[in-house]
Amino acid sequence: MLDVLTGGLMLIGALFMLVAAVGLLRMPDLFLRMSATTKAATLGTGSILIAVAVYFGETGVTSRALATIVFLLLTAPVAAHMLGRAGYFQGVKLADATLIDELAGRYNLVTHRLESRDIQPASNEPAGEAEPS
Amino acid sequence: MMSLEEFALFVILPILVVAAALAFVRLLRGPSLPDRVVALDVMNTLGIGIMGTYAIATDHAEFLDVAIALALISFLGTVAFAYYIERRV
Repeated sequence: MLDVLTGGLMLIGALFMLVAAVGLLRMPDLFLRMSATTKAATLGTGSILIAVAVYFGETGVTSRALATIVFLLLTAPVAAHMLGRAGYFQGVKLADATLIDELAGRYNLVTHRLESRDIQPASNEPAGEAEPS
Repeated sequence: MMSLEEFALFVILPILVVAAALAFVRLLRGPSLPDRVVALDVMNTLGIGIMGTYAIATDHAEFLDVAIALALISFLGTVAFAYYIERRV
């Protein structure tokens, strides 16, 4: 019974990680790729670690697995946010299907602070911005 | 009927390795540096999953300690790369 639970959790985790990798390969721009990977990969890893905890069934292993899951849940969004922000400053090209870029002109390019009103004229956007067509 | 260890070794690990190969293709092709860093981050996360699966396949719980260390180093690496990319602009 526990074997079936362990195997099912491992299979779910592995499939979610495969979906994350396929999304990383096929999504059209950086932010969609990050949207595919950060969530699915974290869920897949968490599922596999829960499977490890169920398989061994010892207090030490379970606490270590839970600690790893909590650490992943805490750090994955932080790393993804920092990376997306850095990519936006670098002027990563948005996908052709992008309709609206809410951040355009809102970042102070000198201090790297986000304002709630437009502070840059439209011509001062980061390079490589998607053209409104 | 295969045992759980065989299932982990012959079904789960190949799936994870295929996923790592797909992420590696993005690492090679990625048009910009952040794309490559995202691919590396995903490969690190896949490494944590592979270690968990290998712990089940070999019945050794010690691999979980390595997984914790890899999670720490992966986070530090991603944050350092992001800081470097943002400062470079």
